[in-house]
Amino acid sequence: MTKLVTAVIQPHRLDDVKSALEAAGVRGLTVSEASGYGRQRGHTEVYRGAEYTVDLVPKVKIDVLVSDEDAASVTEVIVRAAQTGKIGDGKVWVVPVEDVARVRTGEHGDDAL
Amino acid sequence: MEFELDSGNTAFMLTAASLVLLMTPGLAFFYGGMVRGKSVLNMMMMSFGAIGVAGLIWVLYGYSAVFGGDLGGGWLGNPFEFFGLQGATDDQSLMAASGVPFLVAAGYQATFAIITVALISGAVADRMKFGAWLVFTAVWVTVVYLPLAHWVWGGGLLSATGLTEGLSTPIDFAGGTVVHINAGTAGLVLAIVLGKRRGFGKEAMRPHNLPFVMLGAALLWFGWFGFNAGSEFAADNVAGRAWLNTLLATGIAMLAWLATEKVRDGHATSLGAASGIVAGLVAITPAAAAVDTWGAIAIGIVAGVLCALAVGLKFRFGYDDSLDVVGVHLVGGLVGTILIGFFATDANSTWYPDGAQNGLFYGGGLTQLATQTIVALAAVLFSFTATYVIALILKATIGLRVSDEAEVGGIDLAVHAETAYETLGVGARVVTEVK
Repeated sequence: MTKLVTAVIQPHRLDDVKSALEAAGVRGLTVSEASGYGRQRGHTEVYRGAEYTVDLVPKVKIDVLVSDEDAASVTEVIVRAAQTGKIGDGKVWVVPVEDVARVRTGEHGDDAL
Repeated sequence: MEFELDSGNTAFMLTAASLVLLMTPGLAFFYGGMVRGKSVLNMMMMSFGAIGVAGLIWVLYGYSAVFGGDLGGGWLGNPFEFFGLQGATDDQSLMAASGVPFLVAAGYQATFAIITVALISGAVADRMKFGAWLVFTAVWVTVVYLPLAHWVWGGGLLSATGLTEGLSTPIDFAGGTVVHINAGTAGLVLAIVLGKRRGFGKEAMRPHNLPFVMLGAALLWFGWFGFNAGSEFAADNVAGRAWLNTLLATGIAMLAWLATEKVRDGHATSLGAASGIVAGLVAITPAAAAVDTWGAIAIGIVAGVLCALAVGLKFRFGYDDSLDVVGVHLVGGLVGTILIGFFATDANSTWYPDGAQNGLFYGGGLTQLATQTIVALAAVLFSFTATYVIALILKATIGLRVSDEAEVGGIDLAVHAETAYETLGVGARVVTEVK
């Protein structure tokens, strides 16, 4: 079976997370720009003295498809590489995936990873 | 007097005219960066539109109405004397004394009318019909700009022989009253008559492109050397004084604005730097060659601090002067015009019209201060009243404002059928082949 590991992290941690995943043997991932907020809420910007609260802050979202047995270790790798210890570091979660197909060959399941 | 061409001065004035014309596209970037991404094109188009409309009017009858023979009472020049700028001799050039031909003088002055009306557009961001804006520019230049320019520069009501004849000669070197107090006041009126943007004071309306704003400020500053130094009408030491003060007061005003922000909000911002630059440029304009180094520094400091504080007034009083034409141009124009009453001096390569007095800090007493205050107030009063009448008439006839739907969806798309950035058009596709 396959799992989807999704991480929402600080954009400036992306390079470290990518290298760490590569070193851990992960062969593919998808990165997208995201915005959102957690406990840190947003931030304040001031334009000519007028204050604006920006509640959605920029984040990066990483999606990795892994086999069941790798899910826990990949999660650990991401957490370690993305951690700064400050509020706003993000979250990582794992969900089961019913099926995966590789478009080029038509393979299914773990063979398609 | 026999006209004798001075090629040095003429080359300088042609260059200065080109510099001043560049200010209006520069203003398009300055304002364009400050609005939201959905209305940047409309914002920029208002400046470009002003070049076409005001340029045409100036050539047809504008120059003549300002610098033609007075029709009586100092109210307006004869608009038909130089109609179409044809048939005049170089003896009749406004700049004949420095050997600059008639057409060069007329062209230089055209760029002032253009930038003045373009400045007003900052007050009406995101919501004014483009057609109504073009009609407004034509009517406003005719009814407000031309008379006021005649009063100040054409020997009219606010010149040496005008309202303050018994006191002293007013000093407005490059256009503090005609350009900035005038545009700032008109901006206030239009913002009031047009009403607030949807979501004003509730939604975030942050500038969508601050590098555009910085670029615009840079182009304005560059062009402003032509505006201020060129207002000497000759390449000489007084032009040098105006140039130097335009460097000095502007840089100081930028620093003063940043310091004000740092104290009040905790950060020195790029928008604050760009705004401080323009505030300094505005304030030094009337005083450019009328004050010395210390006067320029003082004007820069006062303009930077006061304008930084003044841009908050619109939230307190509830008028949506979207890009702070009032806070920067009206307040900055008043600062420069009135501070001349403290700092005017006839020493150190300054320009000093016959009948003017030194300022209060330069041993001249209160006379020049009184004169400057009267002139400033007269300009505000005239511009406010005349612009109000125009705005109300246009509102009742052709209408000024786009529909709520167009405003919320973006005036660029609704009025010009364009969007500035691809990201705004996600999902768009070609529905008919381009022929």
